[in-house]
Amino acid sequence: MNEAFVISILVITIRAGTSLLYATFGAILTERSGIQNLGVEGIMMVGAAASFAAAYHSNNGWIGLLTAVLVGIILGVIHAFLTITMRAEQVVSGLAMTIFGTGLASFMGQRLGPGNSTMVGLQGPSFERIPIPYLREIPYIGEALFNQDILVYALYLLIPLMWFYIYKTRQGLELRAVGENPQAIDALGMDVTKMRFLYTVAGAVLMAIAGAHLSLGYLQGWADNITGGRGWIAIALVIFSTWNPLRAVLGALLFGGINAIQFRMQAAGTTLPSSFLNMLPYIVTILVLVFITWAERNTHRFGTPSALGTPFVREEKK
Amino acid sequence: MKTSKELAVQMRGISKHFPGILANDGIDLDVYSHEILALLGENGAGKTTLMNILAGLYKPDGGQIFLKGREVEFHSPKDAIEHGIGMVHQHFMLVESLTVTENIILSLQRSGMNLHANQVKQRILELSSQYHLLVDPDASIWQLSVGEQQRVEIMRLLYRGAETLILDEPTAVLTPEEATDLAKILRKMADEGKAVILITHKLNEVTAFSDRVTVLRAGHVVSNLLTKETTKKELARLMVGRDILFHLEKKKCKAGNPVLQLEHVHATNDKGLPALVDVNLQICAGEILGVAGVAGNGQRELAEAIAGLRHIDQGKISANGQDITNSSPFKVISAGISHVPGDRIGVGLASNLPVSDNLVMKAYRNPPIVQGQLVKKKSIVQFVDRLINAFNIKTPSSDTPARLLSGGNQQRLILAREITASQGMLIAVYPSRGLDVGATESVRSTLLEQREKGSAILLISEDLEEINQLSDRVIVMYEGKIMGTVDPETTPLETIGLMMAGQPLSAIEKHGKVEQSA
Repeated sequence: MNEAFVISILVITIRAGTSLLYATFGAILTERSGIQNLGVEGIMMVGAAASFAAAYHSNNGWIGLLTAVLVGIILGVIHAFLTITMRAEQVVSGLAMTIFGTGLASFMGQRLGPGNSTMVGLQGPSFERIPIPYLREIPYIGEALFNQDILVYALYLLIPLMWFYIYKTRQGLELRAVGENPQAIDALGMDVTKMRFLYTVAGAVLMAIAGAHLSLGYLQGWADNITGGRGWIAIALVIFSTWNPLRAVLGALLFGGINAIQFRMQAAGTTLPSSFLNMLPYIVTILVLVFITWAERNTHRFGTPSALGTPFVREEKK
Repeated sequence: MKTSKELAVQMRGISKHFPGILANDGIDLDVYSHEILALLGENGAGKTTLMNILAGLYKPDGGQIFLKGREVEFHSPKDAIEHGIGMVHQHFMLVESLTVTENIILSLQRSGMNLHANQVKQRILELSSQYHLLVDPDASIWQLSVGEQQRVEIMRLLYRGAETLILDEPTAVLTPEEATDLAKILRKMADEGKAVILITHKLNEVTAFSDRVTVLRAGHVVSNLLTKETTKKELARLMVGRDILFHLEKKKCKAGNPVLQLEHVHATNDKGLPALVDVNLQICAGEILGVAGVAGNGQRELAEAIAGLRHIDQGKISANGQDITNSSPFKVISAGISHVPGDRIGVGLASNLPVSDNLVMKAYRNPPIVQGQLVKKKSIVQFVDRLINAFNIKTPSSDTPARLLSGGNQQRLILAREITASQGMLIAVYPSRGLDVGATESVRSTLLEQREKGSAILLISEDLEEINQLSDRVIVMYEGKIMGTVDPETTPLETIGLMMAGQPLSAIEKHGKVEQSA
C-alpha cells in the first residue's frame, strides 16, 4: 500500500465526511431542541440541486451557497410550522420532506439546465481546493486536511464553535434543556416555540449547505440521487455521536472513510460487486445503532434528548 | 425571631373557568411574610389553580392581585418571579440530564453568553448553608433523590430572590424523615421573613407545618383559621363538607393458608439496575400485606414481577402451589391473580374505549359473555350493568369512554373488573393515589371487603396512613430489599420511617435494646 494510495483515501475521507458532518450538525441542533427531522435527505437534495442551478446560471459559487441557505430556511420553516405550530407527527412530516425534496430536486435537475434542459453532466463553478502553504507539506495528512475547499475549512471552525456553543454558553445550556424538558423551560419563562423554531430552521440550513457541498465541492456537478442516502447516514450519525458534536466528527470520518475505501476499491477494479460496496455504509450504520442502543441500556447514560419527537403543549386543564 | 408580619400578597375576587368547571370562584386570599400558610382542600377544590394564577402560569378570568399593597398583573411565570413569587410544582421542573448548577443557571435568565458557572456555584453553597439546604452543586439531577431534587427547586427560588414561595403537595414524595427536614427548612425561611404557601390535602401536614390555614372547597374559601386554634377533625369537616370516618371498621384477620409465595426473587428495573434483591414473602387467604416504601424502591417492579409483566432473573413465584415464575400475564390471570396497576390510565384502562369494553376486558373469554367464538351483546349488557351497580361506578352510560370518568370512578371500574376476575388474589398498586377523600374511603372499604371474603391482597402504597389502616402485616422496601416485616398496630411510625430510609428492622431492634440497657 503506497503513500499515494493512503493519501488519496484520506483526501476523499475528508471530502465525503464534510457534507456528512454539516448534515449531522444540523440534525444535532434540531434534535437537541426536541424536534426530529427525518427530512435531512430531502433537504440536502434540494440544497444540492438549487445551489448548483444558481451557481451555474450566475457563474458564481457563492450565489449557489446563498441559495442553499435560502432553501434551508424555507424547508426548515415548513417543517417547523408543521411540527411545532401545527404539532404534526414529526416522523411523518420529516418523511414527507424527504419524499418531497427528492422529487423536487429531481425535477429541478431535469429542468434547470440551459434552456429548460437537464443539469446532468453540466460543468458549473465550484469551490476549488485552496492549498494552505506549509501545512499541506505535512506527510500524509497535510494533503488531506489542508488542501481542501473553503466549505471544509469553514467546517474546521464550526466544529469547536458547535462544541463551545452547546456546552459552554448559556444559549447552549438552554438548547440542551429544551430538548429534555420543555415544560421546565416554559415554566422558567422562556419561549419553547421560538427556540425550537430557531434550531429547526438553523439545522435545516446546515443540511442544505451539506447538499451544496456535494454539488459544488465534493462531486462538482448534478446527478440524480446525488445524496445517495447520505442524509440517512447523518441521522444515524446523530445517534452514533449521542448528540455530541465532537463524537460526530469521529463518526463523519469513519463513514467518510468507508466511502473513500469503497471509491478506491471500485477504481482499483476489485472483483467485489459494486452493490456490495454500496451496502457497506449501511451495514456499519446498523451495527453502530445496535451497539449504541445496547450501550445506552447498559450504562444508563443520558444521550437521547428525552422530549425528542414530542410536541410541546402547555399544560392547560381539560 | 417573630418580627412583624407584613401583608405580602393579597388576592381579591379571583375567578378562573375551565371548560365545564369553575375552578376558582371569587377567591380572596391573604398571605403574610414570616408565616407558613397552608392552603387546604380536596382534589379539585381549586388550590393548584389559584396558585398557578399567583405564579403567573394561568391568567385569571377576574380578580386582582396586590403585592405589598400595589396591584400587579402577571403575564407569565417570569413576571411573577420578577415580583418575588416562585412555585415548586408537584412535578419538578428540572432538567434531569443537567447538573444542579446548570439548572439554576437556566432559571436566572441572564443575558449574554457567559455561564458564570463558578460564581453561581459559590452562591449556591452560600444559600445552602444559610437555609440548611444541602445540595451538591455538581451532581446531575437524575442522580439525586426526590427529596434532594425538591431542595434544588427551593434553592432555585431562593437564588432568584423569591419572597413568596409556593409548594404544591411537597411531602407527597418524601420519606417521613425528609418531610421533617423540609418542615425545618420552611420554618427557617419563614423566620428569615419569607412568606411560604403550602398546598396540601393532608391534615397532618397542616398541623405539622403551618401557622395559618385557608380551606378551599369547590372553588370557594370556606374558612381562614389559625392552625393552633383548630383540630384535624374540624379541618376535615370544612374540607369535605361532612364528617369523615378516620377509622374504617376492620375485623380481626382470619388468615388462612398461604396463597401467594415469593422465594428469593431477583429482578432488574427498566434501566437494567437491580430492582428486587432476594425478595421473600408470602400472603395468606384473608390477609392484606402492605408494602411501604418511598416510590422507586422496587414496589412497582414487585407488582409487575408477580403479574407476569416483568422477567425475574432468579427465584420462584407460586400461586396456590402452582409455579408461575416468569409465566405470561395470561397464565398469571388464569392462576387467579388480579392486578390493579399503579398507572391507572396507561395500564389499567383502554381509556378511549367505553366503560363496558373496559369492564369485560377480563371476562370476555368465558361464557356467558362468549359462546363459541362470538361475543353475546346481551350477556355483556347484563354483566356490565351488574358491575356498574355493584361497585357504584358513576358514569353517564356504559358507552361513555373511560377517560371521561373521574379518577375515583375509573378506579372503581378497574376494581370491579379485577375483583370479578380474581380468584382469591389481588395486587393493588397505589389504589387511592390522586383520589379525593370520599373516593379513597370507598376504595379502601372495597379492599377490606375482599379481605373478609378471603382474598389474599398485596397492597402497595406511598401513603403510610393507608398502609397502616388496611394491612395486617407490613413489609418495608428499600432499594429492592425487604427491610423487615412488622405489625402495623404495634409498630411505631418512626420505626417504619427508619426502615423506609434504609435501616433494616433487625438493626433498629438491636439499637433499641442497646438504648434500653444503657
